[in-house]
Amino acid sequence: MRIRPVGAHALLLDCSDADQVEAWRAELWRRREEGHLDAVEIIPAARTVLLDGLADPAHTAALLGTWNPPPGTAGTGTAATSTSTVGAGTAGTSTGRGSAGAVEVPVRYDGADLPMVAGYWEVAVPTVVRRLIGTEFRVAFCGFAPGFAYLTGLPAGLAVPRLPTPRPRVPAGSVALAGPYAGIYPTASPGGWLLVGHTDLPLFDVHTDPPARLTPGTRVRLVPA
Amino acid sequence: MTGTQPVGPKSPNVPGSGDVVEVLRAGILTTVQDLGRPGWAHLGVPRSGALDPGALRLANRLVGNPESTAGLEITLTGCELRFHRATTVAITGADAPVQVGARPGDVGRPLAVPAGAAVRVGPSRTGLRSWLAVAGGIAVEPVLGSRATDTLSGLGPPPLHDGDRLPVGAPAGPPAPVDATATVPAPDEVRLALRLGPRADWFTPPALDLLFSTAYTLTPVSNRVGARLSGAPLPRAVSGELPSEGLVLGAVQVPADGQPLVFLADHPTTGGYPVVGVVVDVTPLAQARPGTTVRFYGPQRGSR
Repeated sequence: MRIRPVGAHALLLDCSDADQVEAWRAELWRRREEGHLDAVEIIPAARTVLLDGLADPAHTAALLGTWNPPPGTAGTGTAATSTSTVGAGTAGTSTGRGSAGAVEVPVRYDGADLPMVAGYWEVAVPTVVRRLIGTEFRVAFCGFAPGFAYLTGLPAGLAVPRLPTPRPRVPAGSVALAGPYAGIYPTASPGGWLLVGHTDLPLFDVHTDPPARLTPGTRVRLVPA
Repeated sequence: MTGTQPVGPKSPNVPGSGDVVEVLRAGILTTVQDLGRPGWAHLGVPRSGALDPGALRLANRLVGNPESTAGLEITLTGCELRFHRATTVAITGADAPVQVGARPGDVGRPLAVPAGAAVRVGPSRTGLRSWLAVAGGIAVEPVLGSRATDTLSGLGPPPLHDGDRLPVGAPAGPPAPVDATATVPAPDEVRLALRLGPRADWFTPPALDLLFSTAYTLTPVSNRVGARLSGAPLPRAVSGELPSEGLVLGAVQVPADGQPLVFLADHPTTGGYPVVGVVVDVTPLAQARPGTTVRFYGPQRGSR
């Protein structure tokens, strides 16, 4: 993990992989809960965790170096700093014991781009659906729109490109794939991800706490509706 | 990218007992703004809030409000409002003609508004945006702790339309005893301090020289999300895609065309183009009209 300064009030933790990101995220959230970290925002992403709203980034950077053993170090993790085996896609590996919990999303696998995904994966459509149902996903991070979760868990070899031309309107609840990720559109928006299905589960509601159903670290299964 | 369905209340509730402001003319873009909704970025919720928080804070102090109270952010063409009860307003930011009823008023002073009088903010003479505070504040329903309109995600109340009626809260205290405040001039050229990083190493050394030596021009597609600049494109040292990473206010992102974009209050929470540096204070951009020259300077060349 490498720390990069970002402006006057932020630090970017450059991680080696998504598992290290998740380990640092969980650890930093825990440290903040305990009052040892003053970050206003802790924002995990694909390979980084951004700490924003720091009073003294240099002090925080020094502090990060003393939080030893660094989370993500294999075999030495204690308590909630799990280094779950996401990426394997093996059913039943529920090792993620972070506070984020698990969510089953009921999905109707009727997406318009299922044949395209089947083509990229060089399998039949039912096999695509079976693989998606059988994958334990985890929310790597949120972005693009409030409550839009980037789900990791598919093997790297199954990454798919986006549509060359994005659709002007993707309906809310659309379950879709792009790159190494699965995602669900919380609200209707333009989008270039490949549509594999849809869900009626509300994913973002400002009147619930937290407003997003899928928060970073949450384990997710896309079960048949 | 913009949500088509605002999650916030579409037509803000007007409490029966409360005061009301009526929008006679909304102008090209008038939004409700406070100090935004920090703390939700990990869920993809932008910070939003007034583009010049200092100007909104000042307007609030002038009318006796807590500094974080919601007011209106008014863009270029001004707006016209009718207050149903006698109240106090203050307008800060751009140099714009102000009228209360038939009487001319001033920017940067508390203005007494008689019941039923119209407050008119005219087109700004210099600068781009004004902030209007009213005693008691704009009392639309907060969304995730803020009443701010987020033009990117659609959270918060929609931008004002002609004929809207917005609730006004109960005054918190007396207006400030003040004669005048200094208005900030809107220069033809904006100079912005820039700290390199986190991805300055994605650019060639000549690109960083260009960044600090080019007179960029603010383009008309700039908005509350970001100030888009045109000028010398910045060549990359690293090709390929950057995995999405978190963004801060003032981040200078460089998309594939090499033209920098400075992120403002409604910026997305993550982005997939490298951020070459971060502008220390973006508030001068709140008043910069399209065509304004933008230059970057930085004391810490070479360090990262």
